[in-house]
Amino acid sequence: MEMKALVFCTGLMLLFAWLSPSQALYFHIGETEKKCFIEEIPDETMVIGRYRTQLWDKQAGSFLPSTPGLGMHVEIKDPDAKIILSRQYGSDGRFTFTSHTPGEHQICLHSNSSKMALFAGGKLRVHLDIQVGENTNNYPEIAAKDKLTELQLRVRQLLDQVEQIQKEQNYQRYREERFRMTSESTNQRVLWWSIAQTIILIITGIWQMRHLKSFFEAKKLV
Amino acid sequence: VSLSPQLCALMFSWIRASELTFELPDNAKQCFYEDIIIGTKCTLEFQVVTGGHYDVDCRLEDPDGTVLYKEMKKQYDSFTFTASRNGTFKFCFSNEFSTFTHKTVYFDFQVGDDPPLFPNENRVTALTQMESACVSIHEALKSVIDYQTHFRLREAQGRSRAEDLNTRVAFWSIGEAFILLVVSISQVLLLRSFFSDKKTTTTRVGS
Repeated sequence: MEMKALVFCTGLMLLFAWLSPSQALYFHIGETEKKCFIEEIPDETMVIGRYRTQLWDKQAGSFLPSTPGLGMHVEIKDPDAKIILSRQYGSDGRFTFTSHTPGEHQICLHSNSSKMALFAGGKLRVHLDIQVGENTNNYPEIAAKDKLTELQLRVRQLLDQVEQIQKEQNYQRYREERFRMTSESTNQRVLWWSIAQTIILIITGIWQMRHLKSFFEAKKLV
Repeated sequence: VSLSPQLCALMFSWIRASELTFELPDNAKQCFYEDIIIGTKCTLEFQVVTGGHYDVDCRLEDPDGTVLYKEMKKQYDSFTFTASRNGTFKFCFSNEFSTFTHKTVYFDFQVGDDPPLFPNENRVTALTQMESACVSIHEALKSVIDYQTHFRLREAQGRSRAEDLNTRVAFWSIGEAFILLVVSISQVLLLRSFFSDKKTTTTRVGS
């Protein structure tokens, strides 16, 4: 009896997990405005983004619950500025990608409404939720699929968290190396340019004196 | 023990954390909204990652418009509050004081506690020792991940400053070498021009 109820609730929870976030953070976006978000992530990390759009209805004076025909274009760039995802989604969408290079990934959204008249002078409300790495795992789903006990599920969650921490530490090492290279380059540049400038200074000084000496000798003033 | 409908409803309330990093252009303001239930403990944390003097204005308002938190030109801050009423809370980041620097801002808005892992969290029996050990490890790891995020942001900030410095050193060195050459050549030319004029006046006096 308990098992049936558990499965039922898990099923409902899975359903809700797939539906767009109804109470997530939201912001307003203009018609041609492009909003970009940056995710700095290590490699082989999964990112799931979900959004829901609502259009301002001037007659009703409030936001419509959902608007068919309104689409959002999602573009995702990897750290080398290469586009890894560029797709048009409906008014409610879910996009997912896995990073293959560590670094700053850029997720950009802009509306691409097919009914321009609908949008005229209005604003668009976008609910957005982006989950990264370990947070993308749906634990009740994993428990149901692999038939894990409570303790096993908790340990699985801990393992996932530790794996995420490990990946982040690796990425941190790579970034620290970049930082060190930049600092060493600055150090080298400061050193060489100081020497070069001192040499230029001495050479121009010597040139000035010699040139003026020959000039005055020519003018018979010296 | 059967699952009550109230319990099912409880687990469907989306209590979660939203963390985003976005770019704030100069003279721009970006606002975010969230619907919160009364009595929920919320935390807003933000940090400026790159840009200018690494500062931003932040403002948090409750559904009535009362300003709960307002700080100007802050680099990093964390603010915890309990929602005093139901409604839409709004928080804004403003870069209106800056004329040409774009800022990258990170924020983490935590509403309530994390959802429980299991549907039957409110069970009659207490957690076993193993399970409570797992819970405490989970909490500790969550704080490790949180510290890692802040460390990563500070490192990104330091790296951005170092790269700025590197470019500036290069440009200024080249610029200074160029100015040096121009100044020394013009000094010589100027001196030559003084002596050329004097020569004509002396010949006039002589004759």
